[in-house]
Amino acid sequence: MDFNDTTEEADFRSEARSFLEKHLEPKGAKPLRQRVSGEEFMKQAKSWQATKAKAGYAKITWPKEMGGRGGTPMQQVIWGQEEGKFDAPTGPFTIGLGMCIPTVIAFGSDEHKKRYVQKALLGEEIWCQLFSEPSAGSDVAGLKTRAVKDGDEWVINGQKVWTSGAHYSDYGILLVRTDPKAAKHKGLTMFIVDMKQQGVEARPIHQASGGREFNEVYFTDVRIPDSDRLGEVGQGWKVAIVTLMNERLAVGGSPGPDWSEIMSYAKDAGTISDSAFRDNLADWYVAAQGYKLTKLRTQTALSKGQTPGPENSIGKIITANQLQDICNSAIEMQDHYGLMTGDDMPADGLFQQSFMWAPGLRIAGGTDEILKNIIAERVLGLPQDVRVDKDIPFDEMKSG
Amino acid sequence: MNFDFSDDQKFLGNEARKFLDGECTTQHVREVLNDDDKSHHEGVWTKVKEMGWLGTAIPEEHGGLGLGALELCVLAEEMGRALAPVPFASTVYFFAEGLIIAGSEAQKGAVLPGVASGDVIGCYAASEGPGNPDPAKLSVTFDGSKLSGTKIPVTDGDVATHAIVLAKEGNGASLVLVDLNGPGVTRTPVKTLEPTRSHAEIKFDGAPGERLGEAGAGGEMHDAIMNRAAVLLAFEQLGGATRCLEMATDYAKERYAFGRPIGGNQAIKHKLADMYVKNEVARSNCYYGAWALSTDAAELPEAAAAARLAASEAYWYASKENIQTHGGMGFTWEVDCHLFYRRAKLLAVQAGAPKVWKEKLVRALEMKNAA
Repeated sequence: MDFNDTTEEADFRSEARSFLEKHLEPKGAKPLRQRVSGEEFMKQAKSWQATKAKAGYAKITWPKEMGGRGGTPMQQVIWGQEEGKFDAPTGPFTIGLGMCIPTVIAFGSDEHKKRYVQKALLGEEIWCQLFSEPSAGSDVAGLKTRAVKDGDEWVINGQKVWTSGAHYSDYGILLVRTDPKAAKHKGLTMFIVDMKQQGVEARPIHQASGGREFNEVYFTDVRIPDSDRLGEVGQGWKVAIVTLMNERLAVGGSPGPDWSEIMSYAKDAGTISDSAFRDNLADWYVAAQGYKLTKLRTQTALSKGQTPGPENSIGKIITANQLQDICNSAIEMQDHYGLMTGDDMPADGLFQQSFMWAPGLRIAGGTDEILKNIIAERVLGLPQDVRVDKDIPFDEMKSG
Repeated sequence: MNFDFSDDQKFLGNEARKFLDGECTTQHVREVLNDDDKSHHEGVWTKVKEMGWLGTAIPEEHGGLGLGALELCVLAEEMGRALAPVPFASTVYFFAEGLIIAGSEAQKGAVLPGVASGDVIGCYAASEGPGNPDPAKLSVTFDGSKLSGTKIPVTDGDVATHAIVLAKEGNGASLVLVDLNGPGVTRTPVKTLEPTRSHAEIKFDGAPGERLGEAGAGGEMHDAIMNRAAVLLAFEQLGGATRCLEMATDYAKERYAFGRPIGGNQAIKHKLADMYVKNEVARSNCYYGAWALSTDAAELPEAAAAARLAASEAYWYASKENIQTHGGMGFTWEVDCHLFYRRAKLLAVQAGAPKVWKEKLVRALEMKNAA
């Protein structure tokens, strides 16, 4: 047992580090996104993506002919660790390269691959994922956006929601209902959609946290050529599963203040001797370590060239709940004063900020409840939930 | 990155599981449970001795196998899984490991070969009543050659041949090695929640003993022994918690209510998913504890505390919710659920209850921050 890189891993790490040092600043107090305008941030993000792609670091595990490096999953992990130490503007490309483009590669035509993959890798085009709808969240296969065939084209009408980056995206992968007479999962089809065309309108959602990071997207008589279909008509759910499998690999990272921040605040505030607080602190540390160390078990499997086990599925259940809990405790520790917001508050106001962000984190990318169902069904092999809508034509299903 | 046991260590674990699946079933556990006169299972104990497991981490020059702490961790998980009704933890994690840390070469040479061969059964006597024993406020005293006072309860105290005793000496605390079959020792079995592991009250009345290490260094050595034992106990807890999840999952798949398996209901699915999350948190913290133990890392205090806390919580949750998942059947004597519920409680309080370890953990984090 050790935490050391193998010789090959160490070589790759030092190579990656010197590349990063040449091009990026180390992480400072404020990330780039907060220091520059949105426009300037996007410019720098695209430029960094291009630099990375040309050097073969944009997609390490992809084959070279796809623009990747032909590297190992462990190298991808190492790259992520090292890039994470720098102020790297990677956000706008995470969903496209993590979820959309892998779907295009898996189901698109040769023309699609030629047209889209390189440009996405180089950061020239940004992608978004259009699955969720107002009445189709956890049960995303219950979506209602319609596509009707008209000659060689499909006409799209409907509404998507919680789409990250829709307003600055060039393309999206869009899951729609092509056959409302078929059962829920069987009437869906996946398309590539040009987000800049007439009839596509992205509107920011005003979130409970006060921010506007997500969008709802309206489609009004939008036309998509049949040649931009991904997979067969009616096979959209199968395609979506591939996209969503990639989601688990694309999402990650530390979401906000953790045990060390609240410990340091409690020390400053003189409340660290409180015995109830010390008990909570121990619990937070144990759970956070549990998740951090579980990732090391996953990396060990990758390093040995094995397929990791399902243990990583515990991640978001732990981190999202813990974030909410820690922020709540930090606010209550400050008593009435803790109600105030702003970056002149303790910990730069992060406790209050994350307090309002945490409820969203417990829902995004799979609610706590859906994630527990996934563990129960896929890891423990327990029976699926009762599905009263199974085998019923979609247009006869109850919905609300 | 190699945060896993080696293939050899995993092989040892698999072999141990195969052996215990056959030789240490819950029927064997019940033979001890159902017989007030049995302190442990002689048949299982004899076989454990024959397997050489008692000497796993004892150096070769003292008659052991000279393997490391990692091998011991792997075995501990299997012993915990099997609810082994034998004085293995007392003899190996507390007594032998305690001697290795605190004993002189002469003391190790005199006693460890007996542990490795199975002639010596060891125990560790610290508790003196309600509350975690405080080395600054002990009632059992040592005058340099003789012990006086009462320890209660002592796990395996009735069956052990030797004990390490935490005692007051002058103004400090010392660790004392005692032959329990010698003069001045009176042992009385006591009833506990966990009858498959025996417990005793031990009265010392001028019992001859030998100090381990310096006078007054007992508190510090006690902490060191607890840190090491905590990791090994955590692996036993992990083994037990894993088995509870398997039992509950199997039962939830085969037990029908309202026309379908109860495991199809979210109330059960989410309960078992919670169990899985806690068990994985425990496993990862246990592995880190194993690493710290095997490398004698500076991180051992926080790693041991986190392993113990995570594993105590996992076993508590898994053992109580395993009964709940089994419903009325789970509350019968015949179904095995309560065996794990009992063992989970023993392991959670045997070397300091969670509250004690939470405080130890936070102190370790404070020390680290201050450094």
